[in-house]
Amino acid sequence: MSTTALLESRDLSCTRNDRLLFDHLEFALSPGEMLVVEGPNGCGKTSLLRILTGLRLADGGEVLWRGEAIDRLAGDYYEQVAYVGHHDGVKLELSCLENLRLARAMGIPSSEDLDDVLERVNLYAYGESEVGSLSAGQKRRLALARLLATESLLWILDEPFTSLDKASIELFAGLFERHLLADGVIVVTSHHEMDLPTRAVRHLDLGARQ
Amino acid sequence: MSARLSLLQAFFFLLRRDLLLALRNRAEYAVPLLFFVLVITLFPLALGAEPRLLERIAPGIIWVAALLASMLSLESIFRSDFDDGSLEQILLSAHPVGVLVLAKVGAHWLVTGLPLLIVAPLLAEMLGVDARAQPILLLTVLLGTPVLSLVGAIGVALTVGLRKGGIILSLLVLPLYVPVLIFAASAVDNAAQGFDVSAPLYMLLAFLFLSLSLSPWATAAALRMSAS
Amino acid sequence: MFLWFHKLGSPPHFYRIAGKWIPWLGWIFVVLLAAGVYGGLIEAPTDYQQGESYRIIFVHVPAAWMSLFIYMAMAVCGLVIVVWRMKLAEVVLISSAPIGASFTFLALVTGSLWGKPMWGTYWVWDARLTSELILLFLYLGVIGLHNAIDDKRVAARAVAILTIVGVINIPIIHYSVEWWHSLHQPASLSKFDKPSMPPSMYVPILIMALAFQVYYGLALFQKCRAELLLRERNSKWVEEL
Repeated sequence: MSTTALLESRDLSCTRNDRLLFDHLEFALSPGEMLVVEGPNGCGKTSLLRILTGLRLADGGEVLWRGEAIDRLAGDYYEQVAYVGHHDGVKLELSCLENLRLARAMGIPSSEDLDDVLERVNLYAYGESEVGSLSAGQKRRLALARLLATESLLWILDEPFTSLDKASIELFAGLFERHLLADGVIVVTSHHEMDLPTRAVRHLDLGARQ
Repeated sequence: MSARLSLLQAFFFLLRRDLLLALRNRAEYAVPLLFFVLVITLFPLALGAEPRLLERIAPGIIWVAALLASMLSLESIFRSDFDDGSLEQILLSAHPVGVLVLAKVGAHWLVTGLPLLIVAPLLAEMLGVDARAQPILLLTVLLGTPVLSLVGAIGVALTVGLRKGGIILSLLVLPLYVPVLIFAASAVDNAAQGFDVSAPLYMLLAFLFLSLSLSPWATAAALRMSAS
Repeated sequence: MFLWFHKLGSPPHFYRIAGKWIPWLGWIFVVLLAAGVYGGLIEAPTDYQQGESYRIIFVHVPAAWMSLFIYMAMAVCGLVIVVWRMKLAEVVLISSAPIGASFTFLALVTGSLWGKPMWGTYWVWDARLTSELILLFLYLGVIGLHNAIDDKRVAARAVAILTIVGVINIPIIHYSVEWWHSLHQPASLSKFDKPSMPPSMYVPILIMALAFQVYYGLALFQKCRAELLLRERNSKWVEEL
């Protein structure tokens, strides 16, 4: 394993409902790399991502961040991770700005002004609006805006582009590039094709391991 | 790169957020309070409004009703956050989850337990609770309702991931509520009869400290289980 | 020593060992039960206060002991699950729950049967019976919660937390109910108190307690083997059976 690896998995295995989804999974990600996890539905993509965030316990093996097991790092690991899963993770009764402020309180705030963050995801006009009044695509953009509101090296994204139109997908693909350029790391599953020609994109096919 | 918030700042941030959410969901929190009053009203209707009988059973009725009303409101601590994915974000925060849980439970108590303090004296009058016992009643509500929120939170955390979680929640939580019920009701009862109240009150205080120190961690562990 | 413990924790190994022990446990249980019943029904003298009907304590008392002992055992398993995630501990916990619940129910039924000839009612709000009733609810909660969660490993974590919380609460509940009982019941001696007993009385109780322990082991091993087969049905060692 490369000594500059940021995120590593060692001998990782996962079972669900008494069925083994995958085992002996090993990979290492260095700064500036993106890992695309692929495979058919039900093969464990979401479970793998949740194991990487620490939300789910692995049934075997471990996940390492800068060489240390993430369950021992706990808060020090979590503050480096931004996770966008199937749910948007936003409160419908709060405004966009209030939601982003909460995200900042939970992690490390980025230095950008929140209005600028909203501007970058095309939600500036909705800063004070209740999230409940937004469309599905707008809610998803707000969820992804979390990535910009906090300083996190590792982005773990499960189907981030659900409900997004082509223009928005291109917008976020651009944001991914910038993150990787700044030596960030991304783990993502997606049915959408992402065009990142200049970056090191690795693929992990869980379906092929069955 | 700025640093993360201090633990205290994060605690108050989450507390304020939950109070704000409760404010914007006022109706949801009014129901358990009305339920509390309604249940108490049922007893004179069922048993007859003879003053001496009511006075005798009043402490028990008020506290049983408080327990049931607390059960009704418990789900609101974590269900909404679980459903929209906010709970995951809280579990992934840089801060210890136990402290964040304390913030959420604190907000829950402020919104559901504290109002009982205002309503309880009215009901005590309606049921003819002895004047000596009324301040003790308020004291037991002040000491006991936080314990109900803290212990109840463990039950909610265990069942929030289930489809029909609410049903099994009562089975899990009510046995744990029994000690609070016993000591709170008997404190008020003792006061009404002029007996010593210090023993049961000290027990309630002990329960409060015990649940404050232990339940956030059990709740945090249960939340991680439910979210996995 | 640690290696032996580690080996015991391996499912196929436990499956084999438990299988070998079951017939032995069966025979030991039968012998102890016979000895206990003989001692209780025939050897022990008639109680001068309660006549013949007191003899039900030879079942009631050991059953009550077992109901508490099994919950403690479950709590220990819970700790092992939370700290080490040992699969066997998960199996032992959930297999013990119905056995513990049955003993609790037995204690309640025999307790109330004891009550009928004494005081004419099947139920008295005695401190110990009331505590047993709450313990039954704790058991049912564990079983209910485990059944409600689909993934067995997640369910094991849930009931582990629940039993640990429960075991901390059991002394609290017990003390609270004792206190409540002393307040509300007249000062007569609790019917279920055992004033000093001659050996001919407490020896059969001890024998029955031992018999029940062996029964617990027997029933536990049987249930655990069945549960292991179910959980590991997709693994190699089960296919090779």
